[in-house]
Amino acid sequence: MDLLTELAILVLAAFVGFEVISKVPNTLHTPLMSGTNAIHGIVVLGGLILIGHVDGVLNDVLLVVAIAFGTINVIGGFLVTDRMLGMFKGKKPDEPR
Amino acid sequence: MSRADVISLLYIVAFSLFIVGLRMLRGPRTAVRGNQIAAVGMAIAVGATLAQPGVGDWLLIVIGVAIGVAVGVPAARSVKMTAMPQMVALFNGVGGGAVALIAVVEFRAADVELPLDALIPLLFAAIVGSISFWGSNVAFLKLQELMKGSIRTPPAVNGALLLIAVALAVVIAAGSESELLFWLILLSAGALGVLAVVPIGGADMPVVISTLNAFTGLSAAAAGIALDNTALIVAGMLVGASGSILTKQMADAMNRSIANVFFAGVGTGATSALAAAGGGGTARSTSAADVAIQLSYARLVVVVPGYGMAVAQAQRAVADLATELEKRGVEVLYAIHPVAGRMPGHMNVLLAEADVPYDRLKEMDDINGEFARTDVSLVIGANDVTNPAARTESGSPIYGMPILDVDKSASVIVLKRSMSSGFAGIDNPLFYDPKTAMLFGDAKSSVADILTEVQAL
Repeated sequence: MDLLTELAILVLAAFVGFEVISKVPNTLHTPLMSGTNAIHGIVVLGGLILIGHVDGVLNDVLLVVAIAFGTINVIGGFLVTDRMLGMFKGKKPDEPR
Repeated sequence: MSRADVISLLYIVAFSLFIVGLRMLRGPRTAVRGNQIAAVGMAIAVGATLAQPGVGDWLLIVIGVAIGVAVGVPAARSVKMTAMPQMVALFNGVGGGAVALIAVVEFRAADVELPLDALIPLLFAAIVGSISFWGSNVAFLKLQELMKGSIRTPPAVNGALLLIAVALAVVIAAGSESELLFWLILLSAGALGVLAVVPIGGADMPVVISTLNAFTGLSAAAAGIALDNTALIVAGMLVGASGSILTKQMADAMNRSIANVFFAGVGTGATSALAAAGGGGTARSTSAADVAIQLSYARLVVVVPGYGMAVAQAQRAVADLATELEKRGVEVLYAIHPVAGRMPGHMNVLLAEADVPYDRLKEMDDINGEFARTDVSLVIGANDVTNPAARTESGSPIYGMPILDVDKSASVIVLKRSMSSGFAGIDNPLFYDPKTAMLFGDAKSSVADILTEVQAL
């Protein structure tokens, strides 16, 4: 893909990001942050793509660390967001205690 | 249709799911599902990537993922809601670290000289990813209170570090294949990340965390351009854009520019004259029994939580007190300032954890009109966000910052540890207002005492 196409995608994605996010209420800003945080964990794809193509111990080690980092980012981010969102309730529960 | 086409299509499905999922974060009712949809998108993106030709070294992939799962899952499961800001900082940091490492390997492993349209985004990803990694880790250490000191390096040093990183990047872009230079870029960008975040404290953390989040997103998008991967470009940019908006909103909520947060200290001495000028009055202290009576006979009580509530872990006690008051027919609302706490929306999460229904949590613009009919404002561990000096004292460092107008309510009760000033290091005239009473002590035990007294009435 040529650079200009990629830049077009980049700019459009930025506008979509602005549009989608500006409507999120203050109440949900923390889950929003940790949710988007999980999404940028997508860099793990970079590690997955590269690791089959490179040789050398140092490269492998660096990529394994990168994949581990990315996985922490993705899995941890989505789980923590899920935990937080599960706590937001509209009405009080009927005293489960 | 070739395998590459199918993979490209799956990437389109994946980033569509990210967008749909983020859209659903607009309301608490749909948000849980939205997060799950985004997670499904991620699973599809990973699956499609693993199906790419040439993906190999499965053992290493399994090792990397296994380490990630073994670290990430228990951390996410066990983290306390009060510790959420540092957890998010840490997750954000590892994301930035992953970008920087991937950039280094891509540079090292290239057999032929990389074309400029891949090399430039790669260098950008390396610089921004490294800033984000080191900056986030420092933010984590500070929030976890493992690092207390703060040295403010002159902006010139930070500027010089950025300049060095960019200059080295230009040398590489101009054709140098020196690997050492690439590592030096990471090093100087990392030093910049550390030095930029070290001096920033407490109340400015919401701005810092969302800035670093945006940085990691941008670096991921740049890595996507370098690797020709649309899923990375779109997902990274979505995060870059959302992080930038949040950063702007947080800075606006403090009436400060982002540069001011990063390069100028608040409460570092220049404000002492003003503090002395404001400190003329005397504060009135009260007892839990008196507060209980006031609250029980009120029609509307507005609770104003701040970081102090989180530190004292008082959110559940506050929720219990509210429930008790509601049983007596008192309406209880919560006024949440956008920058209360250590990350955007921090207070909301803590109160949600304590089972406070989200429709009681009011944003600043919605609640400020209500203070005129409020009988009692109960300020718990909040200070600067209630400081009327922001409206009146043009010399005050927080002048112009939008505040919660608690001083417009019929009476104000401030729960505070002592008379010490808040993060901004400035006196709060609210405390000397004749209709304000102070209840000193740990927020959690103070609230528990009030609750006991209310129940005894």
